[in-house]
Amino acid sequence: MATRTVIPFGPQHPVLPEPIHLDLVVEDEKVVEAIPSIGFIHRGLEKLVEKKDFTEFVFVAERICGICSFIHGQSYCQGIEAIMGLEVPPRAHYLRTIWGELSRIHSHLLWLGLMADAMGFESLFMHSWRVRERVLNIIEATTGGRVIFGSCKVGGVRRDIDEPAMQKLLAELTEVERETREIVHVFINDDTVKHRLCGVGVLPHDEAYKLGCVGPTLRASGWAQDTRKLGYAAFNELTFQPITRTAGDCYARCAVRCDEIFQSVDLIRQAAAKIPAGDIAVKVVGNPNGEYFVRVEQPRGEVIYYLKGNGTKNLQRFRVRTPTFANIPALVKTLQGCNLADVPILILTIDPCISCTER
Amino acid sequence: MSLFSMTGLVMKWLLRKPYTSRYPFEPRQPIAGSRGALAVNLTDCTYCTLCAKRCPTQAIEVNRAEKHWTIDRLRCITCNCCIENCPKKCLSMLTDHAVPTVTKDREIFA
Repeated sequence: MATRTVIPFGPQHPVLPEPIHLDLVVEDEKVVEAIPSIGFIHRGLEKLVEKKDFTEFVFVAERICGICSFIHGQSYCQGIEAIMGLEVPPRAHYLRTIWGELSRIHSHLLWLGLMADAMGFESLFMHSWRVRERVLNIIEATTGGRVIFGSCKVGGVRRDIDEPAMQKLLAELTEVERETREIVHVFINDDTVKHRLCGVGVLPHDEAYKLGCVGPTLRASGWAQDTRKLGYAAFNELTFQPITRTAGDCYARCAVRCDEIFQSVDLIRQAAAKIPAGDIAVKVVGNPNGEYFVRVEQPRGEVIYYLKGNGTKNLQRFRVRTPTFANIPALVKTLQGCNLADVPILILTIDPCISCTER
Repeated sequence: MSLFSMTGLVMKWLLRKPYTSRYPFEPRQPIAGSRGALAVNLTDCTYCTLCAKRCPTQAIEVNRAEKHWTIDRLRCITCNCCIENCPKKCLSMLTDHAVPTVTKDREIFA
């Protein structure tokens, strides 16, 4: 029997944008066990919610994550609106949908770049982020922010997109789609990528469900589960089907994310065609009194918000279950038996967002 | 040939000028509608302190007695809350970002 060695992986590692630590127990070049430890960047938002006004806390909720910032703000606002019984105008719902999908496109393009970088495919990484820059420009022109949108508020949205701006957005999105197709063609067809991803880190269909996976990680194992199908915001009026693959390996997870970019472009086009005229926000009167669970689909999967108000301007309880937290058991499972050289790829395929996880 | 699927993309960009701009030799063109930095015009200001009260990061301080309006640029998150709440429309958002600083001084307007 080979000697077992423990190799510390992280919290600082070239492949990790954020700190997570894994103790990798290896036998020769094979990983036999991975023990994760998180908690390096805990920020204590559960306590902060007791100090901040509930309308101001949306700015804090948006800063939970730098990539899915808008959807965090949207989830928080949806929860407060449900507790207070606020009727958000339909136009605000559509605008939230458009910005949420733009956020998904930029998150997936960022992930594709990181993935190419982890494989050592530097030129593909540069091209992925070049296209992402165009998406960030659209976001900046419509919301004012590039990463932190700051356009969602309790009761609606802060900014409107007028008709000329919407047409400009759609024209730019067509270019983004065309350029993304060129990049996705490489991710799907290139032999280098296939050699690196096919058959690596297979998560079987049943295992993905038992381990409680969410988002593209779950869909790549054949489960057509997408929280957007619940019909929050304007999704109940848009046509789409969850994108799935059956192989459950790294290549399948990559392919799901590639296709989701085009799905998001299609959803934005549908929303832009159907968006009704009208107000973009309602006045918020009073304080939230009650509790509510919100489930929203982020680029990484389903996020769950629990909010509890007691009739004062500060919330009593606030809790977030982020998609990365749900995907860590699957990561630990797929790491067992993999080659040491595949560890960075496997960690990236769950699209870890550690800032989200630790809040 | 899937081995050469990247070649077309590489060749296309090889013959073009770089996508990145030569900053700082070429200044960045601000995007219309961007939230860059907060600007204030105190001509109509009544020093009602509503902007300071609504600021989620307490970046703004208003002294009504001495007619001072100050802002900590490093605390300001350019959220637009003050602009939305100003009754006299004294505040506006610039598309250019605030200039970098080496000290944490408050910017004073009087």
